[in-house]
Amino acid sequence: MRDAFEFVRRHRVAAVIAFLMVFPLLMPYHALAINILLFGLFAVGFNLLFGYTGLLSFGHAAFLGVGSYLTGIAMVHGGWPWWAAVVLGVVCAGVAGLVIGFLAIRTRGIYFSMVTLALGQIVYYAFYKAERWTGGENGLRGIQVPAVEIGSLRLDFLNPVTKYYVILAFVALALWFVSRVLASPFGAVIEAVRENDRRAAACGYDVARTKLLVFVLSALICGLAGALRALHLSIVPIDSLHYLLSGQAVMMCLLGGMGTFFGPFVGAGVFLTLEDVVTVFTKHWMAVVGGVFMFFVLFFPSGIWGTVIKRLERVR
Amino acid sequence: MEITPSLLALQLVTGIALGAVYALLAIGLSLIFGMLTVVNFAHGAFFMVGAFIGLYFMGLTGNFWFSLVLTPLVVGVLGLVTERFLVRPLYGRGIDYPLLLTFGLSWVLIEAMRVMFGIEGIPSSTPPELRGAVDLGIGFFPKYRLFLIFATAVVVLALWLFLEKTRYGLIVRAGSRDGEICKVLGIDIARVWLVVFGIGTAIAGLSGVLAAPTRAVNPEMGIHVLAESFVVTVVGGMGSLPGAVLAGLLVGIVFSLTSLFAPDLAELSIFVLMAVVLLLRPQGFFGKAGLMS
Repeated sequence: MRDAFEFVRRHRVAAVIAFLMVFPLLMPYHALAINILLFGLFAVGFNLLFGYTGLLSFGHAAFLGVGSYLTGIAMVHGGWPWWAAVVLGVVCAGVAGLVIGFLAIRTRGIYFSMVTLALGQIVYYAFYKAERWTGGENGLRGIQVPAVEIGSLRLDFLNPVTKYYVILAFVALALWFVSRVLASPFGAVIEAVRENDRRAAACGYDVARTKLLVFVLSALICGLAGALRALHLSIVPIDSLHYLLSGQAVMMCLLGGMGTFFGPFVGAGVFLTLEDVVTVFTKHWMAVVGGVFMFFVLFFPSGIWGTVIKRLERVR
Repeated sequence: MEITPSLLALQLVTGIALGAVYALLAIGLSLIFGMLTVVNFAHGAFFMVGAFIGLYFMGLTGNFWFSLVLTPLVVGVLGLVTERFLVRPLYGRGIDYPLLLTFGLSWVLIEAMRVMFGIEGIPSSTPPELRGAVDLGIGFFPKYRLFLIFATAVVVLALWLFLEKTRYGLIVRAGSRDGEICKVLGIDIARVWLVVFGIGTAIAGLSGVLAAPTRAVNPEMGIHVLAESFVVTVVGGMGSLPGAVLAGLLVGIVFSLTSLFAPDLAELSIFVLMAVVLLLRPQGFFGKAGLMS
């Protein structure tokens, strides 16, 4: 038991990817599995900022949305190939992260949450009003991903299984990247900033620059989640930019366990499955999810995965 | 359309009336934050609940004034229950947890209203006494909007008198400075916080009733309002009541004037205003630098 735990911990990226490889088999249908994958990635990006750096942003939908929209716009209006559009979406999300982060890190604590929320709403209204490019209220429609042929391998996004594994390839890459960042000396600085930013500053670290860099990294990851979501849905709904979606990232992160590597995925899985199951019985799923979330805030602040890890560490 | 001085002046008064609602919302937020260091993410939801309950009472009794008094009481009690059973266990666990909890609560409140009143919302109407317009010398202006400005002034004045001139207000102010010392002096600080949270939500409920005749009442109405009242609170300075009033009016005026000159940019304008204020003065108009650190 102890050895197994230690082994998984050391090879966390491999363990997560191995799990995600078989994950669709456990799910009732593939669309849900893909959604969990995408929102898991979104929550991972958010967790980098909230769980590891201690900055509670309420504007992360902006990065998901910018990633989605720019990917979609490049494909629909520009006729770009899908991979180039994804790159553009991710880069633009990073730029949005740089601008919003620059303004937001001037503030602290609760101010930071409110400011990120308000700046996120600027992006929302800007895209909402740019109807010619974004489709406004109706969202951006008509994103089509042609089948890709690599040698004799034909990848067609119309096949949900293929779509899942193509998206997983990107997610795996992102997870590996996040894991590398967290395991690096920079990752240690991030956690030092979370624990006590004054002391980190006294140690000679540039706290403001660290925060900004994490903010941008986090925006890049969320932008990737958004870009892939545009490919998955073939449309970009305007809700992608709304702060309620930022709130969902917060919920997923806390449900799964903030500051843990796999927690965001667990949270996204629980959140979306709960939504899926509850919708069968009642259309008022928001009340149930909101109630479950409040229960976790009150009684299980370390979240599902966080609690599991705590238990396992006690056994050790 | 030609822009004349009187049109500009009318738009200015419209902005003040709109700003009055923002100011009321921000006062509630700021009061709760200033005393309890809790950012109430359910504030917009309480506003929405206030609008629904207000219309419900109006339909029941046919009397606007009755509803104007009763609704804040009901929403205030809802706030008391929230503080006592949901927020209180989270004191001392940092600033993020109450924020997250109230965010979850807002979802529950939105759905609760959907269950009770349906997703369509209910039509609202201006009370008969306040229909029509009056001549301000610069043109005709709806009576009801003037009433909004008047009602806000009354609430602000009452709150100021309560905080500055009463014994209990003194205790509340002392509690916001140093809760520990108050406890040592034998003051039941937990009850003070309970009362403050109740007053804050009651004001949110009141702004809901007041705003109902001027906008569409639906379960989602609180969602946008929350973001906007955050802007007001940030611009005014967290925890500052004069800041909340001033910034509320300013945001209303900016919104109203932008919708005259560039209607497409109206929603954006107030967020841009916030970004500019943040660049020049991160703590807002009357916020104390270092309050957050």
